[in-house]
Amino acid sequence: MLHIRCPYCQEMRSEEEFSNAGEAHIRRPPDPAALSDAEWGDYLHFRKNPRGPHREVWVHTAGCRRYFNVLRDTVSYEILDVYPAGVPDPDAPEETTP
Amino acid sequence: MTAQPRRLAEGGRIDRSRVLDFTFHGRAMQGYAGDTLASALLANGVDVVSRSFKYARPRGIVGHGPEEPNAILHLGNGAVSTPNLRATEVELFDGLEARSTGSGPQRLVGAFSRFLPAGFYYKTFMQPPWLWMTWERLLRRAAGFGEAPDGRDPDTYDKMNHHCDVLVVGAGPAGLAAALEAARAGARVLIADERPEFGGSLLARSLTVAGTSGADWVEETMAALSSCPDATLLPRATVSGYYDHNFFTILERRTDHLGDADAGGTRQRLHRVRARQSVLATGAIERPLVFANNDLPGVMLASAVSAYVNRYAVAPGDRLVLFTTNDGAYQTAMDWQRIGREVVAVVDARQHPEGALVQSAMEAGIDVIPGHGVIEALGRARVGSAVIAPLDDQGDTLASPSRRLECDLIAQSGGWSPTLHLSSQTGTRPRWSGAAAAFLPGALGERGLCAGAVTGKRSLRECIEEGASAGALAASRAGFGDGETTLATPDTGESPEASSRALYLVPHEKPVSRAPKQFVDLQTDVTAADIQLAAREGYTSVEHVKRYTALGFGTDQGKLGNVNGVAILADALGQEIDATGTTMFRPAYTPMTFGAAAGRDTGDMFDPERHTPMHAWHEAHGATWEDVGRWKRPRYYPQPGETMRQAVDRECLAVRDGVAIFDASTLGKIDIQGSDAAVFLDRVYTTGFRRLGVGRCRYGLMLHENGYIFDDGVTARMAENRYLLHTTTGNAEAVYAWLEFWRQTEWRELDVHLTSVTDHWATAAVVGPQSRDVLRKVCTDIDFDSDAFRFMDVREGHIAGIPARVFRISFSGELSFEVNVPANHGRHVWDALIEAGTEFDITPYGTEAMHVLRAEKGFIIVGQDTDGSVTPADVGMDWAVRRNKAYGFLGDRSLTLAHHLREDRFQLVGLATADPATVLPEGAQLVEEPGHRPPVAMEGHVTSSYYSARLSRSIALAMVKRGSKRTGQILYAPLADGRIISATIVSPVFYDPKGVRQNA
Repeated sequence: MLHIRCPYCQEMRSEEEFSNAGEAHIRRPPDPAALSDAEWGDYLHFRKNPRGPHREVWVHTAGCRRYFNVLRDTVSYEILDVYPAGVPDPDAPEETTP
Repeated sequence: MTAQPRRLAEGGRIDRSRVLDFTFHGRAMQGYAGDTLASALLANGVDVVSRSFKYARPRGIVGHGPEEPNAILHLGNGAVSTPNLRATEVELFDGLEARSTGSGPQRLVGAFSRFLPAGFYYKTFMQPPWLWMTWERLLRRAAGFGEAPDGRDPDTYDKMNHHCDVLVVGAGPAGLAAALEAARAGARVLIADERPEFGGSLLARSLTVAGTSGADWVEETMAALSSCPDATLLPRATVSGYYDHNFFTILERRTDHLGDADAGGTRQRLHRVRARQSVLATGAIERPLVFANNDLPGVMLASAVSAYVNRYAVAPGDRLVLFTTNDGAYQTAMDWQRIGREVVAVVDARQHPEGALVQSAMEAGIDVIPGHGVIEALGRARVGSAVIAPLDDQGDTLASPSRRLECDLIAQSGGWSPTLHLSSQTGTRPRWSGAAAAFLPGALGERGLCAGAVTGKRSLRECIEEGASAGALAASRAGFGDGETTLATPDTGESPEASSRALYLVPHEKPVSRAPKQFVDLQTDVTAADIQLAAREGYTSVEHVKRYTALGFGTDQGKLGNVNGVAILADALGQEIDATGTTMFRPAYTPMTFGAAAGRDTGDMFDPERHTPMHAWHEAHGATWEDVGRWKRPRYYPQPGETMRQAVDRECLAVRDGVAIFDASTLGKIDIQGSDAAVFLDRVYTTGFRRLGVGRCRYGLMLHENGYIFDDGVTARMAENRYLLHTTTGNAEAVYAWLEFWRQTEWRELDVHLTSVTDHWATAAVVGPQSRDVLRKVCTDIDFDSDAFRFMDVREGHIAGIPARVFRISFSGELSFEVNVPANHGRHVWDALIEAGTEFDITPYGTEAMHVLRAEKGFIIVGQDTDGSVTPADVGMDWAVRRNKAYGFLGDRSLTLAHHLREDRFQLVGLATADPATVLPEGAQLVEEPGHRPPVAMEGHVTSSYYSARLSRSIALAMVKRGSKRTGQILYAPLADGRIISATIVSPVFYDPKGVRQNA
């Protein structure tokens, strides 16, 4: 059973208080109508399944009920980082203004 | 009759002043306090304790701990019985009743044992498939898997949560040293051991530490440990599971050893421990040797023989042959000689045994036969002699003919297998060490350490040293001390052991396939021949061989047989052992009771029930219940003598013709506030909310991003920036989580706040043509005229003196007002409505009538008529979808995916059976031609089906391929009972299609 630090409650709590909500940092396309079926299908269904560090969303269901991000190693299950929702994907290339 | 014929006159850690009476298969016997059931059975001269699983061969006690594969016994009777206990772990108590688990027509199986090779069941009983169930029942009875208790368990169990700095698993020499070091460094220490007494091997072996006996060292160490303020000692506590992030479960047996004498208290307690650091000092289990007929009673582990002699003062035989591959086991021969019994010979597989212990044994006059092996045991129900023969250097053939040694006990030692079950549970792969001739635990990362025999250490001194270092290191990692040990290294007077010989299969004069059975796994009756056969048949993965042969599949998880089995497989495959690898182990380390797993979460505490504020009224009025999520909802209210159908018909007609009342408190309710509340609703619902007026309601469909209907309900605008959203009863939590997900992650810029208020409000729906008359009697400040209070309006006022919200919405198609009041006033308002309605014969109705009424109107129930693959268009609800919003609502884009525009999708239709009295079963499949033999194309299925009293006929809703274009066609429902029901496709709206009644 994982031991997770909730970034809002600032406490280590047991996994049974939390729920996993899938891969993190999946942005909803700003204009879905402009996407082809295949592009929309990618957003809907395709997810990373890495062996190693994985950014995922968790929610403190039986606590503060807030969503946050977790960097978890899918092999060792070690939790390498937790940070609030809304923090940009640290792995994403820096955005540049055109 | 001599009482306890095999009990020694003196010695042991038993209390001879406390005689305990017990029975085995009804035979009265006696033992002493301090005995295990196994030691008491041995003391009483019991050789055969069970019949084996597959071949029904007689079996005796082999070990003295959790590794025991044969003495799997059933304790007690009826409700208080416990199946499948290892006699070696059961502490004897007065009045204990035991019998073996296996019983049945085993002789029969025994006679056919020749014809039962590995995979026999798979090969033989597969065809025809329907016969398997019969075979399985017979085989299970023959094998004897034990019986479940036949009543409710009268014992209590509980759970306890702990946090500690250092958890030490195992209280042998290494564990005790680790715990003491960690505790002295200031860490909060928890140490648990499965045995009733701490000390591990020190209590079973004749060793000295620092000039005192092992038992004295244990006592001193425990005294030092107990004086540390933050040390908790848990005996009789098996650390059964090691889970992620250093989470452990420990099963503590608190009263099992007291038998029935103890009436009160918690029988077992499951400790749930989160440890900063852990030290696994789980020890090692002696490895048996694989020779012919090695399952005869009287073949035991050498360490078990020593344990019975030293700890329990029992000599499980008279004339001993010791068969060993190493120095350590010689101590057993010395112990045997010390109690005055005959050591026939030590048969040593090594050509030149020369360690210090070997020298001592030879000096003591013990006959040592080097370069030999016991190749076969002879005897019927007990060993009568050992056949020995010289082994060649490779150990795979015999160098010259065999001879016999008369004996009644064969003690064996093939080395030691570290108890790496717990470490393996974390997912770390054990690694093979050629030097130790054993699998050693894999790395445990930053939070766990292994110490002692589990790491392959053999001498007591090394174990204590390693335990102390591990304890100090674990404490310092947890933030206590500098990691330096304080314990002086004790002098144990041990001489270094000479190297041992790796021997996993003792050759026989005949090849393995022809030799008498050479057992690898006693509990599951797996032989060396079985494993070789599996290899010949193409099984190369150890995990596959495990499943094919059942190697390691018993409740002992292969504690004895695993390594020999892996080595025999490796040899058959021509591999090294490390290439073959070992199987992994899962929790629990030893079997645990269901009671401990459940704890207090039984009966009423098993799963909470949710009751509405009007629950007691429903109960008093004879409601039958339907479980919806965790809610208890009234299903119908039968009057005396009424059938369900009669009650539901009466309730439905009351709604259509008069007035009825329904408890709708369970609907999910979410209060939505903020300046962006309308924007938010626009994004999560198919319908638009920005132009909804204050005091108005609107129906919406909620879709997942894939376009499929997920929930539906009515949302009311209570104020400029305040809405009340209704969810279906079963979906309230899921909808709330879904909305919060979008609010918190994707749409963080929106000013909107969500609050679940489901439990804050009680809802009574007053339904029917006369509902207005009832409400006017209890409310003076709301105008109920149809022009002033229109369909889909919400009004605030007072009902029976209580501030209320009244929604004019309808799920039945009738004139209907849903009265919402604060939950604490729910019963009061309900009573007032019932009283006001008495002159109109107001009728309470339940969920069943609600279902019939909505089906008459063709209203869907999400989750009944939809199944997670249904778009709004599929159920003819395009009217509820607004496609031109500024921001596409969730699921919008998916509605135009090519797949969703296909014309041959399943669509909602009504079905009218040819015979109006016949009600189609829900779930019935629909086909085009009656009497067509399978396979036949399915055209759809029935989702809802009822008898409608108003229409005097059955009605059904169905999802049918291209259904919306097939009105008038006849489909057939072939049923399992042979009937074929024909039905015509009709509109799903059976009643009042223009909606005149709800707008009245």
